[in-house]
Amino acid sequence: MLDGATPSVLDVKDLTTTFKTRVGAVHAVNNVSFNLKAGELLGVVGESGSGKSVTMMSLIGLVPSPPARVTGGPVMFEGQDLLTASNEQLRKVRGARIGFVFQDPMTSLNPVFSVGFQVMEPLRKHMGMNKTRARARARELLDLVGIPDAARRLDDFPHQFSGGMRQRVMIAIALACDPKVLIADEPTTALDVTIQAQIIELMKDLRDKLGMAVIWITHDLGVIAGIADRVLVMYGGQIVEHAPVRDLFANPRHPYTRALLLTVPNVRGERAQRLRVIEGQPPILRAAPTACPFRDRCEHAFDRCSRENPARRLVGPVHDVACFWDPETGASSDV
Amino acid sequence: MLTFTIRRLLMAIPTLLFISLIIFLILDLAPSDPTANLPLTIPPDVRADIRASLGLDEPIHIRFALWLQQFFVNEPLNLFEHWTGWNFGGEDRTRVISWQTRSPVVDIIAQRMPQTLWVVGTAYIVGILIALPIGIYSAYRQYSIFDQAGTFITMVGFSIPPFFSGVLVIVIFAVQLQWFPSVYDTTHVVIGWDSFVIQIKQMILPVMVLALQITSQISRFMRASMLDNLTQDYVRTARAKGLKESTVVLVHVLRNSMIPVITVIALGVPQVFGGAIITEQVFKVNGLGHLLIGAIQSGDLPTVQTLTFIFAVLIVLFNLIADVLYGILDPRIRYD
Repeated sequence: MLDGATPSVLDVKDLTTTFKTRVGAVHAVNNVSFNLKAGELLGVVGESGSGKSVTMMSLIGLVPSPPARVTGGPVMFEGQDLLTASNEQLRKVRGARIGFVFQDPMTSLNPVFSVGFQVMEPLRKHMGMNKTRARARARELLDLVGIPDAARRLDDFPHQFSGGMRQRVMIAIALACDPKVLIADEPTTALDVTIQAQIIELMKDLRDKLGMAVIWITHDLGVIAGIADRVLVMYGGQIVEHAPVRDLFANPRHPYTRALLLTVPNVRGERAQRLRVIEGQPPILRAAPTACPFRDRCEHAFDRCSRENPARRLVGPVHDVACFWDPETGASSDV
Repeated sequence: MLTFTIRRLLMAIPTLLFISLIIFLILDLAPSDPTANLPLTIPPDVRADIRASLGLDEPIHIRFALWLQQFFVNEPLNLFEHWTGWNFGGEDRTRVISWQTRSPVVDIIAQRMPQTLWVVGTAYIVGILIALPIGIYSAYRQYSIFDQAGTFITMVGFSIPPFFSGVLVIVIFAVQLQWFPSVYDTTHVVIGWDSFVIQIKQMILPVMVLALQITSQISRFMRASMLDNLTQDYVRTARAKGLKESTVVLVHVLRNSMIPVITVIALGVPQVFGGAIITEQVFKVNGLGHLLIGAIQSGDLPTVQTLTFIFAVLIVLFNLIADVLYGILDPRIRYD
């Protein structure tokens, strides 16, 4: 397994993204720091609007700017700060060194170009391949992601593929140039449960085979439990808890994480029990946070939570949490 | 696609026959009389003979059948003979004769067509060539100064009718500045560079007026279609691949955005042949629009009928072309 000695491939410090809108600023991502180690699978969980996707899009320049403004950093990747890199340099990273798989395979592929064309595009752009070589490589890639009869299907259009097959095509595109990091933004959310399982298996397989690091964004804790090495829990544009996957499920520290785990149905539990919900709505991030974003929905909140935004503090070797409350003692580190 | 095209072409035959019947019946209701503008001294029985010589005393279904024969058999044969120089012994074939000029309608149309195609066709092409980049850039930089200005100008172009903008440009460029002539000289023949320059000069004003309208319409379409596509997920995918912004916009987005725009452009072509009635009037371009208006005013039913029917044929034809283009551009549309 991974240990502290594994080198980081991606090191994000204090990433902040603000959107300027007509009704004021939206502070979508606030001081997010994390690192990604070579070959690991980092899960990022949180509800809609928690800033998971925007964080990952921000660090590679995929959020539209304006209205977005990305500050903080550095975001170190292969000895280069991605936040200060030029557009030209970023383009050489995107699709080549960092691959992306998006949520909805139905709309993520261009409907008017053949699948082969779309898989070949990054190959020709980044690897300088000619048409023949790119086509041969595209066929290998479709084989790799488990699309039967790959050679023939290259000339098919996206609408001739099923949802699961399209997501495989997306994965093939992301993997085309043998990237160091793969960012998968809810890659299974739009798929049927059985297809989800296939795609998860495929991604695990590919990670083992190709050895790239994966950032897996999801709101499905079940998926995270099955594949992640480490987990970031995001809420209100911040990381509220970070732990190895076993620790997170065995010993969740943040009230939000604990609440999230309670919302997962348990097949072994009492049948009569109703599923728990987290009351209230996620915050609208109009201003830079000066208090804990979860305080209004938190059953352990106290005065300090609305005066001060808790910083992440270590509670284990690789386990940190941004909360004043201690679940073991029930005590609040009130000052 | 081929089966589809053939099926549609075959289906066009009954459609066009029905349209021609409707046109025929409606025009038959008009009280026009081919002898109305002959001298009053002609006695009534001679007038009746004249009508009989034109076949007007036959019952309505016979007249319709005769018209069909003239239009679908005699006139095409004539054209064919004219182009190839062969002869099928067609001296006694009856032709669709204009009541106004007493010459075959098809010949008149053949004379007028070049003027219309030159002026309106040029305006259409110019308008499209200006509209597409404006639409693309306006959408890409939505709400920028360029977009706002473009929106303003296209709204103006939309809302100012050509009988106003036409007179306006005449006052400015022909009367005040005296750069261009205000009247389009149909008899002008291009024989060299100098006469070509004169031709261009006399085309500029009508083309400007028409192109403003065409640009306004098409650029709005292009902009809306680009906006629809720029926010699609596949655009993000294209960017995530590390493609250049120009590739993302001009290959991925444009190809999708052109699908509805191409069909609009194709559907607009019959209007080019139909001529721009008002603009042709303002600049005295002796084209098809001019011909149609003149024929209507003088009750020249054969000319009106023939022109209207030719427009109907073009509309049906370009509808088909638009559908075929749609199928070619969008792989999701398969007709077979």
